[in-house]
Amino acid sequence: MAGHVSHHSSSHAPASGPTESLAIRCLLIGLALVFVGLFLLLPLASVFGEAFGRGLKPYLDALRDPRTLASLRLTVLLAVIVVPLNTVFGVAAAWAITRFRFPGKPLLVTLIDLPFAISPVVVGVMLLVLFGAQGYFGPWLREHDFRIVFALPGMVLATLFVTIPFVARELIPLMQSRGPDLEEAALTLGASGWQTFWHVTLPGVRWAVLYGVILANARAMGEFGAVYVVSKPVPGEIPLALWVDTLNSEHQGTAAFAVASLLTFLAIATLVVKAWLESRQHREMARGQSSHTE
Amino acid sequence: MSIELRSVSKRFGDVAAVDQVSFSVADRELVALLGPSGGGKTTVLRMIAGLETPSAGDLFIGGRRVNEVPVQDRNIGFVFQNYALFPTMTVADNIAFGLKVRKWKPAESSARVEELLGVFGLEGLARRFPHQLSGGKRQRVAIARALAPRPQLLLLDEPFAAVDAKIRQELREWLVRLHNELHVTTLFVTHDQEEAMEVASRIVIFSRGRLEQIGSPREVYEQPVNEFVARFIGVLNVLEGPVQNTEARIGELVFPSHGVPDGGTLRIGFRPYAVQMSRNLGEFRYIATLRHTYFLGILLRVEIELDSGLVIKARITKEDYARLGLADGVRVSFQIREYRVLSSEAGPLTPEVQVPSQPHIAEGI
Amino acid sequence: MSSPRPRVLPGFRLTLGFTVFYLSLLLLIPLGALLLRSTQLGWAEFWHHVSSPRALAAYRLTFTASAIAGLINVVGGTLLAWVLTRYRFPGRRFLDALIDVPFALPTAVGGLALASVYSPTGWMGRWFAPGSPLGDLFGPDGLKLAYSRIGVVIALTFVSLPFVVRTVQPVLESLDRSIEEAAACLGAGRGRTFLTVILPALIPSILTGFTLAFARAVGEFGSIQFISSNVPFKTQIAPQLIIEKLDAYELEGAVAIAVFLLGVSFMILAAINLLEGWTRRFQS
Repeated sequence: MAGHVSHHSSSHAPASGPTESLAIRCLLIGLALVFVGLFLLLPLASVFGEAFGRGLKPYLDALRDPRTLASLRLTVLLAVIVVPLNTVFGVAAAWAITRFRFPGKPLLVTLIDLPFAISPVVVGVMLLVLFGAQGYFGPWLREHDFRIVFALPGMVLATLFVTIPFVARELIPLMQSRGPDLEEAALTLGASGWQTFWHVTLPGVRWAVLYGVILANARAMGEFGAVYVVSKPVPGEIPLALWVDTLNSEHQGTAAFAVASLLTFLAIATLVVKAWLESRQHREMARGQSSHTE
Repeated sequence: MSIELRSVSKRFGDVAAVDQVSFSVADRELVALLGPSGGGKTTVLRMIAGLETPSAGDLFIGGRRVNEVPVQDRNIGFVFQNYALFPTMTVADNIAFGLKVRKWKPAESSARVEELLGVFGLEGLARRFPHQLSGGKRQRVAIARALAPRPQLLLLDEPFAAVDAKIRQELREWLVRLHNELHVTTLFVTHDQEEAMEVASRIVIFSRGRLEQIGSPREVYEQPVNEFVARFIGVLNVLEGPVQNTEARIGELVFPSHGVPDGGTLRIGFRPYAVQMSRNLGEFRYIATLRHTYFLGILLRVEIELDSGLVIKARITKEDYARLGLADGVRVSFQIREYRVLSSEAGPLTPEVQVPSQPHIAEGI
Repeated sequence: MSSPRPRVLPGFRLTLGFTVFYLSLLLLIPLGALLLRSTQLGWAEFWHHVSSPRALAAYRLTFTASAIAGLINVVGGTLLAWVLTRYRFPGRRFLDALIDVPFALPTAVGGLALASVYSPTGWMGRWFAPGSPLGDLFGPDGLKLAYSRIGVVIALTFVSLPFVVRTVQPVLESLDRSIEEAAACLGAGRGRTFLTVILPALIPSILTGFTLAFARAVGEFGSIQFISSNVPFKTQIAPQLIIEKLDAYELEGAVAIAVFLLGVSFMILAAINLLEGWTRRFQS
């Protein structure tokens, strides 16, 4: 991390030039901190303040509650199903889009980004229209005693939908800028398609894949709206984010915040890994540039 | 406006980008700041403009100390290496920017813009955006913008670096013409000695933050104050060899010791034009083989190699080359008419040593 | 970008086939089903659901609160981008990482925490509670932050906070410093340079950031669930109205409003694409 900082400052070293007076700079930094404080820092601090406000015991009791543990298991299960599927999808989509030319490519790229633009609640409604009691497949599903919405498959589908873009979105611009030269070189050296992918493509983009994966994971574990629509608020059968809502509506403040603190730890871990990946990417880019000029 | 720097220094952290530099520029001069990259020349230009503040020393413009005068109030036209045109403004708005800031009346301002568009051959481009122009046109817009508010100084940072070789030649001539018409004191930064020699009436040479020499192109070429300047301006042959029995031997060449004690090393330098050649092997003291001929127009540069392997660069006119019947591979005799003794790289140079003609045969007697 | 090359690389059929299959199954079929269902409603019924007074009130709150949140983020986000790219100060990297909290933190947690901070007993809300000096300025009931429309704006500002920062930041970073120096040489002060030289170059990215923030806010539900009292005509936003319809087993009404929101999302998406094309124009 220190290397990153020194790299950054050295590239800007002689950039004195015109700047603002010290007072203006302090004022602007102060205002920025107030803004971040009001909207980000205070809420983060309040999660822990409320969670631990009545001491460690109520906090631990809330976490040891079997319903909380069941929610935790379900949350992890959702992520374990959803994230790998969307990772494979992201890699396949990026390969098709960046390595070949075909008609309709811009449309495909737009489609991949679409879930970011759609309200999660609308996503839930879509699934109800398909699989709900009044939905297209509702009667058939009931006949065969198979449940999709208000059960695990519906939550999986909802979470899959909202996390489709994450990995693809990181990979497409990166693989576009890297171009197909390395892969073509590997083929001319006799490598098979899979060998090329494993030994040439993947090592070059693995950090971007990981970046997409951790963001997809955070969203998968924290998704609220889409899952809310397709799940029943039965304790132990809903993910953590919805369990927070149930506890909150039952006025179990400390328990709600205790569960929320778990999700906050997840967010903090996500941000730490993200910052680490970014500094790593930054370094690799700087290295790439310096080897370029030599 | 005149400019004067009195032991001006600029430090970035621990690095002295400019170290105790003093020089002055008279009103209406056209001066080049020349040196290798990292030499401090751009920092000097930026301090004159007010874009950097000197860490020490005094800076005068028109006899007034301006260290504390902010860049906005110095009335300076600055042309950036990458032109720095405002991308969201048209050509006309770019040129008018300084006038608007100085609250010119709209009528006067647009008249001035029209005038400059005419002077710079930019008619019809007033409504274009910078990204719609070629590199050469962008540069003209940048200079027009800098000159619009009638600045007391025109400062240009590597003005010709970003254009290709052919346009560069035209731009050089154009800058000289422009300066002759406008009579505004002009400083430009360059790392290209040829450019500095051709355009400037005086050259300030920097290296590693220090001022090495200031003088006319002829002065810095013919009377360089040190080896750095001598090597940086034009081509210099540098030879060195051990001194024994008050003589220095460098390959077959013999020089007097010039005061260097026995066991020391003598370094000498000479320009290619100081080498005099003949096909008559008896005419001059030393014999060499012509290895390579470089055609540079009416002047040719040749490399001659002595039997010891020592290679010397010489210069000769096309006529003399033909008259002497030179060609790659022929044997020639030669002498070095004048040379200088070099001390350390930054140390001062001794006056030129004139070598009397030394026929080969005379030595044999 | 890449020149047309013969398809020497393998995997075209496999990867494109999988991509299209996956998107069809997960994205296009649900999307198509929703649209199909809405066409089966008939225009009159569709219009009846979409234009009911409650729906109109919900849209109005959703769009105005999203727009206000977007504007707050235009000011705050541009300020943050400026401070992060231009100044070096202790904690800068921490601040930079903090910006992404709304991306990483589940919106439910964000809503819960904001509701607690801005409730009348919370760290911020108590300053505006009834009886407090600041609250009394707003009348005997004080100023209600959480559980009011202000709370909706606060939550939407939170969820859309990173967008303006993250679109403006790279533009500001790559902005050529010498154009500011050129403005200074021509006599312009810092304020004028910012307004006439820097800001115009940032406008496309600020607008893009605003539109992305707006799009995100319009669809938001999770945090609102915690901070809004969900009172029709007062604090109910459009996604809450959809949920209410679903709870009342009015799938038709929910579908109609969902399709309306979807249409708005598509229009915003089109606007974003136009804006990004515009941004590229100045980056030659």
